[in-house]
Amino acid sequence: MATLDIRDLHVSVDTDDGAKEILRGVDLTVRSGETHAIMGPNGSGKSTLAYSIAGHPRYQVTTGTVTLDGVDVLDMSVDARARAGLFLAMQYPVEVPGVSVSNFLRTAKTALDGEAPKLRTWVKEMGAALDALGMDREFAQRNVNEGFSGGEKKRNEIAQLELLNPRFAILDETDSGLDIDALKVVSEGVNRFSAQGDRGVLLITHYTRILRYIRPDFVHVFVAGRVAEQGGAELAERLEAEGYDRYTKAASTS
Amino acid sequence: MTTQPTAVQHAVETVESHLHPVASYDLADHALPTGREEVWRFTPLKRLRGLLDGEPSEAHLKVELEGPASVRVRELSTDDAVSLGGTAPADLPAALAVARSGGALLLDVPAEAELDQPIVLRLTGTSIDETVWGHVVVRVGAHAKATVVIEHTGSARYAASVQVIVGDNAQLDFASLQLWDDDAVHLGHVGIQVGRDAQVRSFQASLGGDLVRLVESAEYTGPGGEIVMYGVYFVDAGQHIEHRLLVDHNAPHTRSNVDYRGALQGDGAHSVWVGNVLIRKVAEGIETYESNRNLVLTDGARADSVPNLEIETGEIKGAGHASTTGRFDDEQLFYLCSRGVPPELAKRLVVHGFFADIVRRLGVPEVEQRLMAALEAELAENVGLPPAGVA
Repeated sequence: MATLDIRDLHVSVDTDDGAKEILRGVDLTVRSGETHAIMGPNGSGKSTLAYSIAGHPRYQVTTGTVTLDGVDVLDMSVDARARAGLFLAMQYPVEVPGVSVSNFLRTAKTALDGEAPKLRTWVKEMGAALDALGMDREFAQRNVNEGFSGGEKKRNEIAQLELLNPRFAILDETDSGLDIDALKVVSEGVNRFSAQGDRGVLLITHYTRILRYIRPDFVHVFVAGRVAEQGGAELAERLEAEGYDRYTKAASTS
Repeated sequence: MTTQPTAVQHAVETVESHLHPVASYDLADHALPTGREEVWRFTPLKRLRGLLDGEPSEAHLKVELEGPASVRVRELSTDDAVSLGGTAPADLPAALAVARSGGALLLDVPAEAELDQPIVLRLTGTSIDETVWGHVVVRVGAHAKATVVIEHTGSARYAASVQVIVGDNAQLDFASLQLWDDDAVHLGHVGIQVGRDAQVRSFQASLGGDLVRLVESAEYTGPGGEIVMYGVYFVDAGQHIEHRLLVDHNAPHTRSNVDYRGALQGDGAHSVWVGNVLIRKVAEGIETYESNRNLVLTDGARADSVPNLEIETGEIKGAGHASTTGRFDDEQLFYLCSRGVPPELAKRLVVHGFFADIVRRLGVPEVEQRLMAALEAELAENVGLPPAGVA
């Protein structure tokens, strides 16, 4: 049983006009075995939350804490956070020319485990992970994300999730830009990950569509840098019917 | 030396690239550089160890040949070598090399020969105290297919003219590896002539030496030819590595693609890349792209990168160039680190990939492996990057 705890998190980014606060006091607790959906309109700070937890240097935490089983995550380097059990599936996965998927994943696995995986079982595992996401095994030999379509990049992120098997997965708009077939395949991957029972998922999405395939235990509506409302899966259904208008109007008049 | 130009061509072909003085065997055509000339302004002349004085020397590099038995290295008189019609020396060091070498090495691939093994010419210098003038001619006959690698190791004060003559419809993969000891000086010119419909891939790798300054040029002896010029360099503290390129599109429907990549580390590491593509009036329907990318790994290093395009006709398929010099891409590092990879190892992976991307296109596995190993060794040496272990 593990807990990812976010308390009163304030995050700013540097802009030409000085520091701009994006997150304005976020409280959120994700326990292993739970799936949390974070929904909200564009610019509400959803992705900022994801990148702040992962430790992207662009985001400055000004106040608040993020802890994993009581241990301060904000004090850790990006790679140490991953080794502590956090994983971020990115909205725009980065191309790394000249580095094969296979080499990349083996290096990551070695860093996470502290020892290199046994070659024979590793090749099998990697092949199985690609198969499960409907990717040709030939992808293992291709350069990371180079020349991948949008859908292939997202499948690759979830293949990594399954192979590296962290304690908590943060999925940043993994569903955006996917056609329905890819959405199903990617969702199945996330569900296999959750089905282990002791993993936590923070699913960030703009659309309710993916929640037809991944059933959240909790839904949080993000508006203007904080959680405006939370509830169970039924909240997502209401958002599907009503959209974000109610929240954005309230935020702009408050 | 190619097809006879018509009178009309003569009338309109007045362009002379200001970046590349006219090639000539005549020493009188190459003034002694002062360092103020456009083509010499980046080069620290003091570090040429007097090579430009042109002192005669009998010294030679040790020559070893590996490859198919059907191919031999022959020695030719300078006059006979020049009469083969290769590209004339582009600068004073290359002109001196032809004039002083006392003969040339000819590597001859007969017409229609298809070699299933690379030809490797190993040239080894014995001492930095020796001045060596070198003249090498690589000739690939029409319709032939070959891979030729020239490998430089050891140390010397070396200036050379390398003439690569590729016949019609032939295919050549050519590589020149500068894997010198730390104190070597290497100057000169590699001039490539691309035959009608011929396909040439040239690969320059400069890792060693105190100062390496090479001019690489390509011209076409007929329409339809294609040249790809790849290069990698890794510049350490105090090292000067300079590559100057000229692709002379002097025939229609020809293609060229230049892609050079370099990494620099340490105080006083200096790389120079000057790429020039000249599209002559006659060169209708050509396509060209040139690119240079530099990765600056530490403070104190300097990369000069100057792409140029001189266009005399607009009737072409495409022409472009790009040049980037920068430090690590933060987004790439973040992505790798977010998977648990420590930052130093992430940097190593990125640099490894930066070079592997090009080196893999060489298509000669033995040379690829050697080069990647040499690049790995460079990486391990500095930047605190951990030793190899990511296969």
